[in-house]
Amino acid sequence: MGMTISEKIIAAAANIDHAKAGDIHTVSIDRMMSNDGTTHLTIDMYNSMLKNPAIADKSKLVFIIDHNMPADSPKTAAAHKKIRDFAKTHEIAFYEGKGVCHQIMMEEYVRSGELIFGADSHTCTYGALGAFGTGVGNTDFLYAMVTGRSWVLVPETLLFHLSGSFREGVYPRDLILTIIGDIGAGGASYKTMEFTGSGAHAMSIGHRMALTNMAVEAGAKTGIFEPDEKAVEYLSAHGRQAKHLFKSDKNARYEKEYFYDLGKIEPVVARPDNIDDVVNVESVKDVKIDQAFIGSCNSGRIEDLRIAAEILKGQRIADHVRLLISPASNSVYQKALEEGLMGIFIDAGAMVVNSNCSVCWGSCQGVIGEGEVLISTGTRNFKGRAGHKESKVYLGSAATVAASAMAGKIVRAV
Amino acid sequence: MDRSQIWKFNNNVDTDQIIPSQYLLLPTIDEMKAFAFEPILPDFAKVVKSGDIIIAGENFGCGSSREQAPRILKELGIRAVIAMSFSRIFFRNAINIGLPAIICKEAYNAAHHGDQAELDLSKGSLKIENNILSCTKLSPIMQRILDHGGLVSFLNEEVL
Repeated sequence: MGMTISEKIIAAAANIDHAKAGDIHTVSIDRMMSNDGTTHLTIDMYNSMLKNPAIADKSKLVFIIDHNMPADSPKTAAAHKKIRDFAKTHEIAFYEGKGVCHQIMMEEYVRSGELIFGADSHTCTYGALGAFGTGVGNTDFLYAMVTGRSWVLVPETLLFHLSGSFREGVYPRDLILTIIGDIGAGGASYKTMEFTGSGAHAMSIGHRMALTNMAVEAGAKTGIFEPDEKAVEYLSAHGRQAKHLFKSDKNARYEKEYFYDLGKIEPVVARPDNIDDVVNVESVKDVKIDQAFIGSCNSGRIEDLRIAAEILKGQRIADHVRLLISPASNSVYQKALEEGLMGIFIDAGAMVVNSNCSVCWGSCQGVIGEGEVLISTGTRNFKGRAGHKESKVYLGSAATVAASAMAGKIVRAV
Repeated sequence: MDRSQIWKFNNNVDTDQIIPSQYLLLPTIDEMKAFAFEPILPDFAKVVKSGDIIIAGENFGCGSSREQAPRILKELGIRAVIAMSFSRIFFRNAINIGLPAIICKEAYNAAHHGDQAELDLSKGSLKIENNILSCTKLSPIMQRILDHGGLVSFLNEEVL
């Protein structure tokens, strides 16, 4: 029996010839990322609970402060200081104020074929380069940090065949929301969502990230694309090479296969408070909004900012609306500046904020109040996700968010 | 056998409901625990009793990888979380911190909020009224971690 990409990566990390779904293996972890959501707890455990605290290989670790960056209170500042000091003492790669952790990881570290643990659920993003990234809690992270190893259950794979091309005004973000609406918030639980076909290969790495990033919202362990020429080019442009260029075998076993014609995808939104409550934009048109957000590890990349700028150029957002834009990293920010996008956003009345988790995280900046409605390119629309428990979050593409900010209510961009 | 009061939750209870983002960077789990289930059951932390159990529907703990979610439940004395299914990160986190997370397909329909239940962790059985329900066994590796009281003890006792 052949193997899927996921099975091959896990087999390589376990140093065995063959792995199959359902097996449990001890694996070496190629890289580990932790952010300010939990690193302060990991450090406390490392310092106070371990018999012989030591880090297996500090070169594999990356600490990134992005969730509450810059700090919003003395308590947050103290947590950040703890992370900063620990990283310095232990010579761990450390970033703060440079962007959202997954964007930084993609720009600086991820290599095709690696097995990566991140103490953040959206670590599944790294599959855009054909790496197996998966989210873990901070105790799993601690174990991997100290031993260099962990155990994994080899996941079943769901294969998504993507064909055709998107119509004007429709984006990968609409596709992944549509898929999650179809299979449900637990529809890929414990599994890999693998994307293939001409429609998959046509997507930029940034657009692939919009798909793999949301895999966890369907419960998946990871989302992954076969690394192709675009992946190799991306790595090369960022000064790296693949670890392995694994492709799924022709006779690999898939639990289920799905077929999507991209030409039939419509602009959609996920309605509050469930990620799988996905409907055509048309069916919620005229829902009044108070705030709009473009950013996050899902859709804060240059592709998204260009889409938004095209819509906002020479226009003004509605009087009662706040539009916040947070580029996913400083390199995205810089690119947007060079391309003149920031001027367009400011002229349109937007607030451009620093690169961080921002509104998507619901705690750092742009928090919404009781009864308010947000439309967002963020990752989640859970109850209270963006602030007050009686506030509402709709998720849509950068195009839908930009057009809605102008209209003051949810509308289709095209 | 100890009797436990049931707290019943529906499908897809996400980690933002268990502990909202704005409390995650508080210095200690002890400070965070007061905010358990704040968006949906604001009084939970005040009225929950040590030894109580949670019974939920599908996909409990979906969303973020925040380990604060199972840790505050354990800190508040929750003896076990029983669900029809769990989100994978929450499931792994719960076992890693020594909070039994138990899959029992029938418990949700059998349970009523506030009912008493008898949970026998060693046998993997749950008694609600006169129904005795059997729960799915953990994989051997997860059972070993849980038997140690969590992954840190496992690490100290078996690896370091």
